[in-house]
Amino acid sequence: MDKSILRFILRYSAKQQLVVVALTMLSWPVLYATLELPKSIVNEAIGGKAGWTRGILGETLDQVTFLVILCFGFLLFVVANGVIKYFLNVYAGRLGERMLRRLRFQLYSRVLRFPLPHFKKVSQGEIIPMITAEVEPLGGYIGIAMSTPMFFGGMLLVYLGFIFAQDVFLGAAAIALYPVQIYVIPKLQAKVIALGRRRVREVRSLADKIGESIGGVTEIHAHDTSVFERADITRRLDRIYLIRYEIFRRKFAIKFLNSFMAQLTPFFFYLIGGYFVIKGELTIGALVAVLAAYKDLSAPWKELLNYYQLQADVKVKYEQVIEQFDPPGMLDEALQDADEGGPEAATGALTGANVTYTEDGRAKSVEGLNFQIDLDTHVAIAGAGGSGKDDLTLLLARLIQPTAGQIRIGDARTDQLPESFLGRRMAYMSASPYLFSTSVRDNLIYGLKHRPVDETGIDEEFAADRDRYLADADTSGNITHNPHADWTDYAAAGVDSREALVRRSIEVLKVADMGDDLYQFGLRGSIDPTAQPDLAEAILRARRALREKLAETGRDNLIEPFDRETYNTNATLGENLLFGTPRDNTFDIDRLADHPYVASVIDDVGLTQELVVTGRQLAEMMVELFSGLPPGHEFFEQYSFIGSDELPEYQQLLTRTAGQEPDAMRPEDRQRFLSLPLKLIPARHRVGLVTDEIQHKVLQARHKFAENLPEELKDSVEFFDEDTYNGAATLQDNILFGKVAYGQAQAAVKVSAIIGEVLDSLEMRDDVMAVGLSYQVGVGGARLSAAQRQKLGLARCIIKRPDVLIVNEGITSLDGASQRRVLQAVLKEFKGRGVIWTLHRAAYADQFDRVIVMRSGKIVEQDEFKALDRDGTTLRELLKNE
Amino acid sequence: MSLNEEVELLRNIPMFANIEPSKLKLLAFTSERLTFSEGDFLFSQGDSGDAAFIIVDGEADVMIDTPDGPLTVAHFKKNDIVGEIAILTDVPRTATVRASTKLETMVISKELFFRLVMEFPQIAVEIMRELAKRLEATNARLRTLSSHAA
Repeated sequence: MDKSILRFILRYSAKQQLVVVALTMLSWPVLYATLELPKSIVNEAIGGKAGWTRGILGETLDQVTFLVILCFGFLLFVVANGVIKYFLNVYAGRLGERMLRRLRFQLYSRVLRFPLPHFKKVSQGEIIPMITAEVEPLGGYIGIAMSTPMFFGGMLLVYLGFIFAQDVFLGAAAIALYPVQIYVIPKLQAKVIALGRRRVREVRSLADKIGESIGGVTEIHAHDTSVFERADITRRLDRIYLIRYEIFRRKFAIKFLNSFMAQLTPFFFYLIGGYFVIKGELTIGALVAVLAAYKDLSAPWKELLNYYQLQADVKVKYEQVIEQFDPPGMLDEALQDADEGGPEAATGALTGANVTYTEDGRAKSVEGLNFQIDLDTHVAIAGAGGSGKDDLTLLLARLIQPTAGQIRIGDARTDQLPESFLGRRMAYMSASPYLFSTSVRDNLIYGLKHRPVDETGIDEEFAADRDRYLADADTSGNITHNPHADWTDYAAAGVDSREALVRRSIEVLKVADMGDDLYQFGLRGSIDPTAQPDLAEAILRARRALREKLAETGRDNLIEPFDRETYNTNATLGENLLFGTPRDNTFDIDRLADHPYVASVIDDVGLTQELVVTGRQLAEMMVELFSGLPPGHEFFEQYSFIGSDELPEYQQLLTRTAGQEPDAMRPEDRQRFLSLPLKLIPARHRVGLVTDEIQHKVLQARHKFAENLPEELKDSVEFFDEDTYNGAATLQDNILFGKVAYGQAQAAVKVSAIIGEVLDSLEMRDDVMAVGLSYQVGVGGARLSAAQRQKLGLARCIIKRPDVLIVNEGITSLDGASQRRVLQAVLKEFKGRGVIWTLHRAAYADQFDRVIVMRSGKIVEQDEFKALDRDGTTLRELLKNE
Repeated sequence: MSLNEEVELLRNIPMFANIEPSKLKLLAFTSERLTFSEGDFLFSQGDSGDAAFIIVDGEADVMIDTPDGPLTVAHFKKNDIVGEIAILTDVPRTATVRASTKLETMVISKELFFRLVMEFPQIAVEIMRELAKRLEATNARLRTLSSHAA
């Protein structure tokens, strides 16, 4: 990385900077003409005496024609000047943007080359603002880095030349204060720059602090430290405030000084020049001309000073950012970029000679390790916490590099192997695998995306823009691969097509014991029936099969199916009315009664009156039942449609409407009562208020709702239909096509068991799992449990078929039985290939060919489990302590 | 069955006979209704107890595990209360209860049950009476069994 911004500019944009300079020079004669022509117009064309003529190119022109020509000439040059300026600005702007883009890309690439331990010292809160906000002003500067000093410097020289030509003495006077300005301003500026530097650091640490608060938000809530944290933020904000205050105070002082000095020169002109004019040593015309020239002088001079300030600022910013991106021990760029290199496969043995590792000169975490791990065997590493087994595992995976000694794969030193080899032929997994905020599928095949397998890509919109995209990426030194291409290396997973990969994905997830989880995700997932008509059809078959199965076994009381002509007593009144799944928020089931169309339908069937009355009865009942309970009692959560804090409100509402007919009530009161019974579920709430009469009218309303639904609302709801797949509902709801009945013991458990049986009998379990692959795991995998995250992380390592699998504890969050099961399944899958597993429980060592036992940073035992499982060994001690 | 019918039903159970109707209504409203098919388990011996059941309709067997397999020690029928021991003493379920016919129950959560006992001594007395009766019945069975064995 270039140490100074000037070197960076010259290395990557010398040619373009020349173009900018050339364009600037080109603008010179044009600019000169726009200044010169007005003079000719005034002095010659307008100011000429009557009958004046002039010959140009052999033609004799009268005064008016001459004026017209000059004026149009002036217009032409003004336009030309504008056009050149426009192109110059656009060109310089684009140059700046490209350079900014290049800089950001380089910084990001460097982050990916940081040695892992460096991330213990710097947080993302510090790095992110550097790449995003802090370098932003650099782009603007780079575009004008060369042209501005040229342009305005040149302009200044021309004007100065003019003044000196008038009078050397006055010329000297005009620039007399320049040395002072050149000397004083940077001195003052230096302090502002230093403050700017501090400000950047403080803002960085503020960002870091905010990031930390978000990361630790659970602790903040759990320990009531929000005041403490906010006090800390206050302190930081105060520091930033003080710095900023100081900065602008100084900035204004500099500004004042600058303009004072700018005015000081005319002061001398008037005084000294005036004196000479009075004494007759200078003509008044010359003094006026010099004053005018001096006025012209101040504009470029000001621009140059501004440029100088900007340059100083940018220089600091650049250096301040760059120094953070050059930690010692960075990965060699070639190892990051190489697409091949190293041996064909990780075979032979992983050998260590005198391997030692220490961080920042602290105690050695591992020391003088010698080992040989054959890569067709399964080796366990056991040891207590702090025995160095963690660092040994990271060393084996080349995620850290030994401070002394060597590790080799076959004949190759691992520190010289490119990431393309390590990331493809080896797999590493820790106990906290990071999951990206995307689907289970994309997380699973993440390890297959090294380079696009086919650059053409699948995105049509992108295809049109492709050439431009790649050209710009190239000019900015970015990655020139098609981001929309298929990056999945099917061959690496041992399959030849997308469909085969789905099957393989399910297989692998089953090995990682995630089959059931995936199946559950699938049931909760949804599909687009137009995209997957076969699956939608199959789900409908499952729906019918489930119904038959329930009937056969006499368990049809478990589900109350949806039927267009029947009121479903296990659904809310609102659901009964809508009789469909809302596609968006238009028919939000909690606020259904507020929608004007719903209200009109309820009114049409003459239900409004009854619902208001029912709602009022319900409110009375709630107030009667719950008014004795302390606020926040669980019953409010569980049963009431009215929260404890709303209770007094409803009491007032009841008092206010006592004895009133619904029509006489205030509209908002009526609306509140009306929406209450919409949440009633007869089978669950058993308040007996949803009478047959109401049910009958709700059915009428249901039909009316569907029949008269305006065109623009049709996309907001998908109606229940026995023979249609409902794209807005989950797979499970589609199979159920009804409500699980309330009050049946373990109904949910029984129903899901039956659904399982039905899907198995139709051989559809894998199809459901395939849908589960689309499940979104959330930020950092937050929508998965810790155990599921580990299983998925493990599956991600398995699917890319590495020669060696290195697991650092890995499956700690699984329950005991699953741990052993997963371990055995994985070892079976990797038969004949290498597995190195650092165990969190030494007891699992019996599954491995060999065991390496660590203590205090040293290998104390390495042999077969049987040979070590005897009294007096460290392994036996570890086993005993579990 | 609606809320009012349930209140009526509760009133017929001796334990709740003297409780004011509004409290019974709350009890009925907040307790879940659960239907068990024949052969379903209400709970098994050794489970942790979090609820008692009032039998609204149907019958259930009480069984305890013995070295010779499960032994039926009692039957429950309509208006009986089942499973209150575990929620009274915080011990695991002392017996297994299985529906011997189709069984309709009202589930009273532990929390609600304690509120009732605290608030209405009447219920506490009824529970004591019921427990004593049940202890006596079990003892009587044990006596018969041991005399058979002898």
